[in-house]
Amino acid sequence: MSIRERLSGNEAVATAMRQINPDVFAMFPITPSTEIPQYFAQYVADGKVDTEFICVESEHSSLSACLGAEAAGCRAVTATSSAGLSYMNEVLYVAASSRLPVVLAVACRALTGPININHDYSDSMAERDSGFIQIYAENNQEVYDNYLMAHRIAEHESVRLPLMVCEDGFITSHAIENIELEEDDKVKAFVGEYNPENYLLKKENPLAVGPYGISPYYMEARVAQAQAMKNAKKVILDVADDFYNTFGRRYSFFEAYKMEDAEIAMVIMGSSAGTAKVAVDKLREAGVKAGLVKIRVFRPFPSEELCEVLSNCKAVACMDKSEGFSAAGGPLFAETAGAVINAANRPKLIDIIYGLGGRDFTVYAANSVFERLQEIVKTGDVGEVYTHLGQRER
Amino acid sequence: MAYNLKKEMEKEERFHPGHRLCAGCGAGIVCRAMTRALNPEDRAVICNATGCLEVSSFQYPYTAWEDSYIHTAFENASATASGVEAAYRFKKKKGLIKEDEHVKILAIGGDGGTYDIGFQSLSGAFERGHDYTYFCYDNNAYMNTGTQRSSATPRFTSATTTPAGIESVGKKQNQKNLTEIMVAHGSPYVAQTTMFLNMKDFHEKAHKAIYTEGPTFVNVLTPCPRGWQYPAQDLQKICKLAIDTCVWPIYEVVEGEYHLTYEPKKKLPVEEFMKTQGRFAHCFKSGNEWTIEAAQEYVDKKWEELLAKCI
Repeated sequence: MSIRERLSGNEAVATAMRQINPDVFAMFPITPSTEIPQYFAQYVADGKVDTEFICVESEHSSLSACLGAEAAGCRAVTATSSAGLSYMNEVLYVAASSRLPVVLAVACRALTGPININHDYSDSMAERDSGFIQIYAENNQEVYDNYLMAHRIAEHESVRLPLMVCEDGFITSHAIENIELEEDDKVKAFVGEYNPENYLLKKENPLAVGPYGISPYYMEARVAQAQAMKNAKKVILDVADDFYNTFGRRYSFFEAYKMEDAEIAMVIMGSSAGTAKVAVDKLREAGVKAGLVKIRVFRPFPSEELCEVLSNCKAVACMDKSEGFSAAGGPLFAETAGAVINAANRPKLIDIIYGLGGRDFTVYAANSVFERLQEIVKTGDVGEVYTHLGQRER
Repeated sequence: MAYNLKKEMEKEERFHPGHRLCAGCGAGIVCRAMTRALNPEDRAVICNATGCLEVSSFQYPYTAWEDSYIHTAFENASATASGVEAAYRFKKKKGLIKEDEHVKILAIGGDGGTYDIGFQSLSGAFERGHDYTYFCYDNNAYMNTGTQRSSATPRFTSATTTPAGIESVGKKQNQKNLTEIMVAHGSPYVAQTTMFLNMKDFHEKAHKAIYTEGPTFVNVLTPCPRGWQYPAQDLQKICKLAIDTCVWPIYEVVEGEYHLTYEPKKKLPVEEFMKTQGRFAHCFKSGNEWTIEAAQEYVDKKWEELLAKCI
């Protein structure tokens, strides 16, 4: 029986961590993810977990310590946000290329400057090429569920890649919602034990990790890593199937909301999807064939599947909650454009940068985007492809 | 049992030949001596900072290390070691590693990865009290990238970023005294050594450091023939001069108590050390005599300060 509770996203993550009982947790505080290790520290203090909990002196070190622990044969976790994730940047790449399946909870927050503690995806999107799997959540239930699936995906023998469980800073991390928790023993049985084949502390067989890879070897290592990310697609779906059979909640790479016959659609991520769904519902009531795709798995990016679901649309808006400063659109736009590029009847595509640094996203704003899409369908003219939404004009 | 080099050398080698360190490099000697100081029945995990040693000793698909080894980045050898040590504690706690089985966690880095970019993670790991030993092979500059000055580079060194010239007599600042900083962390065992005579001093300090519980630190002056500009075969001679001139005092600090473990019979002038190396050649040019005087003054001051602390 699942347990009905009221929890914030951070509490949900900490609860999942307690249930999984990881071997090592290396923490460093940063808003808004700090609560996760705080809750966890209390579990340690109350003897509810067996975890070696270490409070290190920086995020660079928290992830480095996780790497050491994972390489030594332990399940290691940490959490961070914003500048903390940026400070980890170098080590993120090392984690992925060393094939160490650390699970990192990210409460996504804007990057400085100006300094800002509120939500957008500039931190996690800046790390989209780090080699981490990235899974995003619309609400607290999804954060919890994603966390329960994370270790199995990351640690799978055909994957062995680190994974970010992303939640929206404050909006999800701090807002309290109704949630269905699963029982501790069922979670433990679902997640299973971490038993790597080789590790530093293995008596029978010493291990060397992190070589100097010269040109005759480097590319093979990178191709193997790229293959692992491709392999992750099947594993993500398999784990989601097992999750559905065990706990009854269904997940995939993305949620296609009212997309069966949609002519105009929005590709969006995270909590904003909830807001945009209301706009979709209203348009549907008015007879407009609007739909929405909420990307859950950003890495690996589900290009083929997204192409298929968008191929019957006439106009699509990509909603980017981070500025890539490419002067040509944000990362979600680039990925979506890449996904549909070879479709026979590909939709017209625009990019909307919105919600930066916690700028509110409303049903009204979502509706204005759909209005633009309707105009594009009517006139055939895309207009300005890359625009910003919600900023003051002066 | 009394130290016997011949007996020590009969131990099974744990840092193998075939690595790509330069001829005469001190780092290879440090690694051999460091792993010899382990009890043969104990295993080790070596956590190495990026640097000459890392790129030379673990070039895929070959490793020179008999023990488990991990390299992740330049500035985080101690943080990585913290994670390995936490994992070791976890596995011990859970009975996954037997009680009578010992794995020693060793971290090693050059002065760049220790005094400079790796200092934050080193300091953090010492404050937290992880049970590991950090070996710094201090070769007085960033040698892997070509002898750029570090905070361990002595004053008047002509490094590639502090070259001597018409307007320059080399590096302007004295080196950071990292050994003292590690003592200030409250470590139960901190030592300075180098490679001299029959390696007894090195061996005993390494062994004590490894087998003292808590974070311990061994700072090893490690000459680099290319960076210091001297003939590759002269390593022992250079080390001996460093200790006989008191440029590199040989001492240990046990639970805060200072012990001098080598006192030169006759304290030699600093220029005896400096004149053996091309990096100080400019100091001996006409008009630069003051640099040698200043170097001597600094060494004397530091030596007196140290003697005052020693029991």
